[in-house]
Order: sequence, then C-alpha cells, then structure tokens
Amino acid sequence: MSVLHCADLSAATLQQLLSAKLAQAPAFFLQAPIVLNLSNVNQIPDFTALKNLFVELKLVLVGVTAANPEQKTAAHAAGLAVLQAGKANGKSQTSAAPLQPATLSTTDVTDNAKVSNTSTTVPASVTMDSKVVEQTVRSGQQIYAKGTDLIVKGAVGAGAEVIADGNIHIYGSLRGKAIAGANGDTSKRIYCYNLQAELVSIAGNYWLSDSLQDKFWGKSACIKMQDDSLVITELV
Amino acid sequence: MAKIIVVTSGKGGVGKTTSSAAIGTGLALAGHKTVIVDFDIGLRNLDLIMGCERRVVYDFVNVINGEANLKQTLIKDKRTDNLFILPASQTRDKDALTRDGVEKVLNELAKDFDFIICDSPAGIESGAMMALYFADEAVVVTNPEVSSVRDSDRILGMLSSKSRRAEQGLEGIKEHLLLTRYNPERVEKGEMLSVEDVKEILAIELVGVIPESQAVLNASNSGQPVILDKESDAGQAYLDTIKRLLGEQVPFRFLNVEKKGFIKRIFGG
Repeated sequence: MSVLHCADLSAATLQQLLSAKLAQAPAFFLQAPIVLNLSNVNQIPDFTALKNLFVELKLVLVGVTAANPEQKTAAHAAGLAVLQAGKANGKSQTSAAPLQPATLSTTDVTDNAKVSNTSTTVPASVTMDSKVVEQTVRSGQQIYAKGTDLIVKGAVGAGAEVIADGNIHIYGSLRGKAIAGANGDTSKRIYCYNLQAELVSIAGNYWLSDSLQDKFWGKSACIKMQDDSLVITELV
Repeated sequence: MAKIIVVTSGKGGVGKTTSSAAIGTGLALAGHKTVIVDFDIGLRNLDLIMGCERRVVYDFVNVINGEANLKQTLIKDKRTDNLFILPASQTRDKDALTRDGVEKVLNELAKDFDFIICDSPAGIESGAMMALYFADEAVVVTNPEVSSVRDSDRILGMLSSKSRRAEQGLEGIKEHLLLTRYNPERVEKGEMLSVEDVKEILAIELVGVIPESQAVLNASNSGQPVILDKESDAGQAYLDTIKRLLGEQVPFRFLNVEKKGFIKRIFGG
C-alpha cells in the first residue's frame, strides 16, 4: 500500500503537491489506496476535508499510521483505519521525509527479500514493467504484483500465493494459489506450464483444485474469463 | 574460513539430529575439524545421539551469557578425531538465544573449525530462524511424504528470505536436499513419494538418499552416529552424502528394491 509522508497536511498544500506528483504518472496511482503517515505531523488534520480531496484526485484514503492518540481519535471519527507503521521501508522513508515535503512509496506484500519493490519514480511511459520473480516461490511466500503482470520463472509451491493486478505467467508448476486481475479486471489471464493449483482466480472468480482435476491437471494451461465464468484452454 | 552448514527441515522427527550427527562425524572422519552445535534449546537430543550425555557440563546458553567459555563447554568426541559437540541447554527455552550472542559464538568457533554444523530445532520459530540465519549452506532433511515436503518448501523460502545472506544481498545459501527414511519397496507400491517426485517439487540439488533402516534406531539407542556403522546401508548412504557435500561425484545407491535371491524367496527373508 502506498504511504504518504507530509509535514503539512492542509488541503491546499496537499492538493498542490499531489497533483504535481500524479501528473508524472496519472495511471499509476489511479484509485490507489493511500495511508497517511503522521509521524511528522503534530496538529490534528481535518480528515473530512482530506478525504474529499483524495476523492477529487481519484485516490482512496484508507487510513493513517504513526498517529498520536488525539489524531487516532479524530481519524476514527472520520471513518479512517488506524494502521501499524510498516517496518519494511521504515528507514528509507524517515530519512526521505524531511528532504521532500511529500513522498509516495509503495510497500510490496511479500516476504521475499530478493523481489524488488515497485519503483515510485515512474517516468510517464505507457507500459508498466512486469514484476519478475527469478526463483521458485516457496510455500508460505506471498508475491503481489501491483498494477502489473507477474512473471515467475520457477514453480509456485503448495501453500504459496502469487497475486497480480495484471496477468500471471508461471514457467514452472503451479501448486499454490494464483490470483490474476486482483483489482477486478476480468480480461486478465493465468498462464502456467504445469497446472496443479490449489486455487486459481481471475477478478474474484475462483476455482479450487477439485474443479481442476478433470482437464489439464498436470499439463500446461491458460485460464481466462469467458461469459462470466472461468475456462481453461490449452497453452499452445 | 569456516563453513556454516545448517541441518533443517521445518517438520519434526524427520532425522535432523541423526543427520547432523552423521554429517558432523563424516566430515571429521574426512579430516576436517568440525563442531556440531545443538540449537534445540530445551529439547537437547544431540548429546544422546552422539553418546556424550554424561559429559555435558556447560552449554550453548552458558557461553552466550558469558558464564563459561567455549573451551570449557565444547565436548571432544572420544571416537572421532577433529570432532567437537556444543550441547544445547535443557533447562532454558529458545528465547535464550540472541542473534548477537549466536553470532559471537559462531565467529569464535569459525577461528578454529573448518565446518560448523548447526542442528536446527523443528518449526519456523525463533530457534529455527536462529539456526539458519548465519548459514552458508543448508541441508534440508526431508521424508518422502507430502507434509514433510511442504514444510521443507517453507523452510527453503525462509532460507532465501530470512537468512543473513538474503538480508545483506549476498550470494544465496547453497541448498542441499537430503532424503531420509526412504523405502524403495513402498515407493514401488505407490505408498511413498519417489526421489524424482520430491526433487521435482523442491527443485534443489539432491545430496543424499538415506534408506529406512533398523541401523539408525540401533545407532541412536547406543549413542553412536550411524555413519560409524559402515556395514549398514544407512551408514554407507551417509558416507556417500559426505563425499557429495565435499564436491565429489558419487552415484546414488539404495534407490531400488533389492532383488531377492532364489533361496530367500523360498525361505523368506
């Protein structure tokens, strides 16, 4: 989830800063869930005004983090979630905060240290880089490709989860869960070299392994949505 | 430069301590100065398998807390030269290990030893994480059955994300698959996963296949690492494993059902 660090949380200042940031990559943060980090803020911001501002900017303000007790109460009153400060990017965020008035950073939902984070300084290009995982995704690991395709060069183990807002390509056996089109895009697909999945899902429509046994089990396959239901087809 | 090898599995009861004892002894037999460190604080077993339970005075936690030095604590194996054991504490729990403390002890051991074998506790909690954190190589002990394989997969994920090498962006831990309690007869009947099945799922290099063997239980009961029982199939399989760990190419044995001879077939056996 993207976290916003800003010392001055008046609606006017934020409007200016965020508009400039969004202009660089309009599609990247479209309807992105945003969390406000209040570690550098002492006063209680006007959360209702901020919420309206975020709606205007086509962002979704979901909650606050690093809030003091007064701020927490105000956030609750405004219907916002109070979240624990994330540890993953903590260091870089705090060091970046004083230099720039507003920084946006994304934290990936993954415990795989080798998987690189989505870059925030996206040039205004048309395509987004796919997220590429070079090794096998092991049981218990979770990989999320936010706003893009996910390519796994190894297998996805039983009990592992691979999630992408875009398509998912797995050049190995899929034994865990694969969730494509996670933000609701029914045109996305899952491609895998060897289908033995616990679950496949596209835009919330899912099949468990029970429903996958008949056809293509242990074979290469493509899973897509057709007329509101999932279909499996040959890969070639 | 000492090499730190963690023997781990996720699942309990698959043969981590048996394998740690055998690998440590095997490396020492091959002339490398080796220490086996028992990370299973509170459930100390390695001393029993190594047959040195009566000689435990101080333990790993004592060393970390500065209550004893390494020289006082290390137990020299009586059968094998070059082999030492650092026993776990039986009266404490896993929280007694701190990362700084473990690092200090391992650094000190690294000055004197060629190999440091870390016998990991089961699970994926702090004790197991502590055992694998500083490892250069990992021997993942797996039984040929689905739950053990899945737990091994989980541990492999931890090795590639939660270890020192992963956190510091160094070259990853070298992972070896050690298949234990392998029973070719049951594999042939389809009751057990085959070597190929497990290799396919875990996708790491196979370092050894230890057959299910009465010799292992006998060895544990007598406090003598099974690798010293050179007549036994399990002992020989561990000897092969050591050679592979040290980089030799050795063909795998004990993978197929032994054909019974004519006489055996008549009289049973």
